[in-house]
Amino acid sequence: MGIILLLLPLLFSLFLFGIKGKTAKTIALLGSLITLGFNLFLLSIWKQDGAYDFYENYTWINDLGINFCIGVDGLTMVMLLLTNILTPIIILSSFNNTEKPYQHTFYALILLMQFGLNGVFMSLDGILFYMFWEITLIPIWFICAIWGGENRIKVTLKFFIYTFFGSLFMLLGLIYLYLHTPDHSFNYNSLYAAQLDGSGMLFVYSSFFLAFAIKMPIFPFHTWQPDTYTTSPTQGTMLLSGIMLKMGIYGVMRWMMPMAPEAWAQIGNWFVIVSIIGIIYASLIAIRQNNIKRLFAYSSIAHVGMIGAGLFTLQADAWQGATIQMLAHGINIVGLFYVADIIEKRLKTNDLTAMGGIAKVAPKLAVLFMIIMLGSVAVPLTNGFPGEFLLLKGIFSFHPIAGAIAGTSIILCAVYMLRVYQLSMFGETNENTKNFTDVSILEFTVLSILAVMVLIIGFYPNLIFDISATSVSNILMHSITQ
Amino acid sequence: MEQIIFLIPLLPFIGFLINGMLGKKLPKTIVGIIATTMVFVPFVLSLILFNNLSHDKTVFFQHLFTWIKFGGTEINFSFQVDALSAMMMLIITGIGTLIHIYSIGYMHDDEGFYKFFAYLNLFIFSMLLLVMGSNFIVLFFGWEGVGLCSYLLIGFWYKNVEYGKAARKAFIMNRIGDLGLLLGVFLIWNQFGSLEYQKVFELAATTGGSTTLTIATLCLFIGAMGKSAQIPLYTWLPDAMAGPTPVSALIHAATMVTAGIYMIVRCNVLFDACPDTQHFIAIIGIATSLFAAIIGLRQNDIKKVLAYSTVSQLGLLFLSLGVGAYTSAMFHLMTHAFFKALLFLAAGSVLHGLHHEQDIRKMGGLKKLMPITYWTFLIGTLAICGFPLFSGFFSKDEILADVFKESPILWALALISATMTCFYMLRLFLLTFHGTYRGTEEQKHHIHESPALITIPLIILAILSVVGGVFNLPPFMGESISHGLKHMLIPILGEHTEKTLPYALQAILAGSTALALIIAYLYSKNKYIAKAEVPVIDQQQTGALKLIANKFYVDEIYDRVFVKPIEWCGEIFHKTVETKWIDGIVNGTGTLINKGSNIFRWLQNGNIEYYLLGMTVGMVLIFLFKLLF
Repeated sequence: MGIILLLLPLLFSLFLFGIKGKTAKTIALLGSLITLGFNLFLLSIWKQDGAYDFYENYTWINDLGINFCIGVDGLTMVMLLLTNILTPIIILSSFNNTEKPYQHTFYALILLMQFGLNGVFMSLDGILFYMFWEITLIPIWFICAIWGGENRIKVTLKFFIYTFFGSLFMLLGLIYLYLHTPDHSFNYNSLYAAQLDGSGMLFVYSSFFLAFAIKMPIFPFHTWQPDTYTTSPTQGTMLLSGIMLKMGIYGVMRWMMPMAPEAWAQIGNWFVIVSIIGIIYASLIAIRQNNIKRLFAYSSIAHVGMIGAGLFTLQADAWQGATIQMLAHGINIVGLFYVADIIEKRLKTNDLTAMGGIAKVAPKLAVLFMIIMLGSVAVPLTNGFPGEFLLLKGIFSFHPIAGAIAGTSIILCAVYMLRVYQLSMFGETNENTKNFTDVSILEFTVLSILAVMVLIIGFYPNLIFDISATSVSNILMHSITQ
Repeated sequence: MEQIIFLIPLLPFIGFLINGMLGKKLPKTIVGIIATTMVFVPFVLSLILFNNLSHDKTVFFQHLFTWIKFGGTEINFSFQVDALSAMMMLIITGIGTLIHIYSIGYMHDDEGFYKFFAYLNLFIFSMLLLVMGSNFIVLFFGWEGVGLCSYLLIGFWYKNVEYGKAARKAFIMNRIGDLGLLLGVFLIWNQFGSLEYQKVFELAATTGGSTTLTIATLCLFIGAMGKSAQIPLYTWLPDAMAGPTPVSALIHAATMVTAGIYMIVRCNVLFDACPDTQHFIAIIGIATSLFAAIIGLRQNDIKKVLAYSTVSQLGLLFLSLGVGAYTSAMFHLMTHAFFKALLFLAAGSVLHGLHHEQDIRKMGGLKKLMPITYWTFLIGTLAICGFPLFSGFFSKDEILADVFKESPILWALALISATMTCFYMLRLFLLTFHGTYRGTEEQKHHIHESPALITIPLIILAILSVVGGVFNLPPFMGESISHGLKHMLIPILGEHTEKTLPYALQAILAGSTALALIIAYLYSKNKYIAKAEVPVIDQQQTGALKLIANKFYVDEIYDRVFVKPIEWCGEIFHKTVETKWIDGIVNGTGTLINKGSNIFRWLQNGNIEYYLLGMTVGMVLIFLFKLLF
């Protein structure tokens, strides 16, 4: 049954490659909505017992023990929801971009992304996972390289090579694991059962880390990110920051930590330390940014650093927090980049110092931006809070000093986010902003959906924990050595 | 009875939604009525709940839903109403209602009228969460929620960039405190395995103090420092006066800034177990009280004087908490809410009449022009100065007496602070209302008494400021009617056998504050009433006076020590570490591979002879290698 979740976006994508004209975007939206509908249907019939449901296993390359094996547990379900809720929103957000050439290709690539992402989250076979992992890179690279802004070729090439370079290490790790499996299979359970010695674990652990750390990205493997986020077309940035970077976090939870639990004792502390340095580092840089997109890019590095730090502590609270924070961060960052896009389209600039007084002329935008910003600042009763709260709790329980240092990011986040809000929305209008038009119905719809999700998840986060909690505990149990 | 609890915070939240979403289209009267009703009804409900509390039923609980549940962790969204929360709820909704009514008149011409009431309702909602929560999480919801509302309302006139900065400063300073609170909550969670007050306090009562608990309580106190504007996190409060005056009265005088006091009283079991923390609180409290009072002496902005006065009074409250006098602190918190709200609203009435002139040097002689405002402000002044039988007299004296029991030195310092209160309040009062008007005739012509919507709340608060003492009269007024508040709070604070001072000593202590007021009056009378002009010393800007007038340059110091270095770090990280180092390595690797591949490209030139040559050389080398080793 789960395979339909892969086939739907794939078929729509292939179909879109074939057709031309203005209907492409409507078909794309329809396709993504049908996928979302199917995902919700799966949720409704899904057995919430922490085990894999919708499990399918087809022989693929028998000699090498590679199977087409997919399944859905609680963590996967949350990731699928993230992907399939955000994709239609991202498609909808592009409806105003009528001037884009090759529209059908653009939407075909987005749906191809959706296919790849759903695949990444459902794969239970190492090679299948790797294959989907790389599949997602292709459409996103085309999206950024074709429809991006200045310097797009140079920037996207760096992004491509950098992330590809990381993925190869993951492949090495997978093969190494495979060679040590008792039944020579790439199946998740076989890989998990692989018999490794200390240095072997360390190798697998580090090579996975490299792949995932580059993808997320966490400090100091992040330098491709601000340029890529700034240069890509907004939808590309939304896909990258909203969903794709969660592949890295998901990878840490599903593939890295449980595969080599003993390595954690050797170097786990260092990963926590590096992640925390990254939080502070990115936050401080964000404070000094005047380019609104670049600022959001650095804020994303800080938030993701917090998730990374939480995961590497192996604390139950942090892992639960990380799960909900992935969803929350996806919603918030998509919203923030959309706001940046709305402003940029009207003002033709990303420079904060050229803005001001927008709240006066565009009150609707001001309110919706405020809600999404508060989500990002993790004010209680918004979606950012439960995740950040649990992550900090986990890091604090791991080491109080680490928790206190990571905690300063909630202050720094308020500093840079309120600065953005003040410089753009408050103050008197100037020459640039005095004719700023408020959000259109389309923009209002997109931002409202996001804002409502910010509040619902913030008010009742148990909605998500009901789905994910048991599975996440199970995975965490495998990640801790007895 | 429990079933109605959730309505109390829900109603203002509904009011916020209605006015926030539809308010723009509704007439102003309707907006005002909706918002006020959504606070008044909770007041009535709180009163009902309060009346139903008894010896047998000291607390009501209501569990709404499970907020987070995984593994063994469960955090509930639930409420608890006992005497302490009920008292806070009555203050919040009671004074809140009055301030809502007042605001209908005060904000009448503002274009953001509906938004203002939406924010006020949101504030009431958050503040109610803060005091009604049955665990630390719901407290924290409210704690950050009120900070957010404070941010929104300080920056309410958002077109002014300075106001926006003040709002940001308030939010960020509060966030520093919030982090402290959060870490304290984590420590408590790890120590006791729960966040529910009841469980935590029960366990804490049995286990007693420990180093962890001392650190936890210190962290909680950092939270209180932020919210209740104590050294070193007090500088946001004077700046917060940028907000509309009703906001200053409600949030920055009567309710939000007392959240820290509430929290510590709520956790009295924890703090009692940690004497080190208590000493620290007492020292910070008295230091803040004195420091703010000194600055208050030299301020010329009517709202700033009141703001520093608030900081100073909050310092006294913390001093009281530091010596374990929780009842006195709650008593003074309540009377302070009455008279400080009154003073702010009366000041607002002055501003309303003077078209937002805030400099007291440009006022004077308003007694005749604004009689109701004059009389109510006078009552407020007498109450805060502790004029005998006014509410402040009882509550302040109780704090001083309690402090005296613990430490006569702290008592003496507190008395100095109380004396300074009399000085700056009388200066403020006399410069504003007595003497002759110092503006132009034209301006004088426009001065008018405020409308009934403004004066009626003033009168009600004035009455409360006079009689507020009856809630906790000292024993010498009659045993049967005395210590009402103390008896009420016994379920929360427990029965303490306190040292009692002899009546004679009590009378001397009470007399000392009265004496301070008399001295202040005699000094001020000659200086401010007799002369029409502002005395020269109030204009001077040299030496120590300049230092005080410039608030000891604390803002500037913070800027140099914290803000600038942080910005500098950001700059260095971005310009050097990021671009040159980290990305340098990344790009360098790329270049290296590029260069390296050029070498290989040279090898792979498609010329078969080269390949043959290479093969031969290789074979020879292998052969030689084998031969030699």
